[in-house]
Amino acid sequence: MTQWFFELVYTLRGFLQTFGAMNLFFLRIVSYSPRAIIRRFPLVIRQVYNSGTLSLVLIMVCGFFVGMVLGLQGYDNLSKFNSEDSVGTVAALSLLQELGPVLAALLWSGRAGTALASEIGLMRATDQLSAMEMMAVDPLRRVVVPRFLGGVVSMPLLAAIFSGIGIFGAYVSGVIILGVDGGVFFSQMQANVEPVHIWQGIIKSCVFGVAASLMAVFEGYNSIPTAEGVGRATTRTVVLTAIAVLALDYMITAAVLALTD
Amino acid sequence: MQQTRTVELGTGLFVFLGVGALFFLTTQTSNVQGFTGDSYTVTARFENVGSLAARAPVTMAGVTIGRVAAIDFDPDLLDAVVTLRLNSRYDRIPEDSDASILTAGLLGGQYVGLTPGGSEEYLADQSVIEFTQSAVVLEQLISKYLFQGGSE
Repeated sequence: MTQWFFELVYTLRGFLQTFGAMNLFFLRIVSYSPRAIIRRFPLVIRQVYNSGTLSLVLIMVCGFFVGMVLGLQGYDNLSKFNSEDSVGTVAALSLLQELGPVLAALLWSGRAGTALASEIGLMRATDQLSAMEMMAVDPLRRVVVPRFLGGVVSMPLLAAIFSGIGIFGAYVSGVIILGVDGGVFFSQMQANVEPVHIWQGIIKSCVFGVAASLMAVFEGYNSIPTAEGVGRATTRTVVLTAIAVLALDYMITAAVLALTD
Repeated sequence: MQQTRTVELGTGLFVFLGVGALFFLTTQTSNVQGFTGDSYTVTARFENVGSLAARAPVTMAGVTIGRVAAIDFDPDLLDAVVTLRLNSRYDRIPEDSDASILTAGLLGGQYVGLTPGGSEEYLADQSVIEFTQSAVVLEQLISKYLFQGGSE
């Protein structure tokens, strides 16, 4: 019984320690960021390419199919209330507020977050980071900060592309396949989507971008320098990102609802 | 060199697409209309505004010509003061026009409908619409029919 108790305390302590380390790590990265943007701009651009441009196809294809499903499901359920004209509203509101930012963040973490974590983890395992330190190059500034900024810049843009393509997907399934009037689709959407819905999505994707990028670089940088450690860091990146994104999503939604009422 | 060009081209394409999507979302999906231009405000007093809310459209002949700017309660006269912001393009609305609170569809949102009067004078900034018709409250309508049915 006491054994259990001590293990619980030990686990909790470990959790708190990791959480604190992550926050300190975040503060250090943020304090290095302004200088990195000025001094190492090409490196940041390269990382925007790695985590943004290379995720583009995945985001666009997934966004299109999510939109198609929203159009189909929305039509099927709304037609029970004779209001299938609102299918554009339903698709746009769910994409802009929830699905765009959340799914873009989850897909990004699977596509680019894991790549970041394993890349930095492998640099750690093969002593490349130590070699940089030997040459008086701070690996945090040279390796971690540009990758973090690349993710932070990419995420809002990816979420916006996801939502935009998703609305097009809903148009394809709702208007072209199921025969809702195209003008009504857009006029209903425009009558019901308010600027606050769009802002909510943009704020969410910015916060998710910071959270997902932080998880990836933190796990990679602090991974155990073995093959198994790198694998574990990659897994932890995806798991932690999913938990953080969904928990933050609830908090931001609650805050926005409280502030706008 | 070749690789650098691919990176630059790809990043440019990505950022261009992202900003384009943001532009599409902010301008095409919401009801931010080109109403940033000149406008003038008029007020109308209603006995009951029902569930009218700020930003609800003001229409004339079915065309949106403005929006509800604010709804206040007047503690002296015990009625609701609705401030309407009308587009300056429509500056020749007869002064004796009639404002009524209408409902879009059976369960739709409420809006203010203006019906033109015959006056030669026009509404200007800060003028007051004299003739108003309150919102129809469903419960009052039902009870009216119920009591009428009982007396026959």
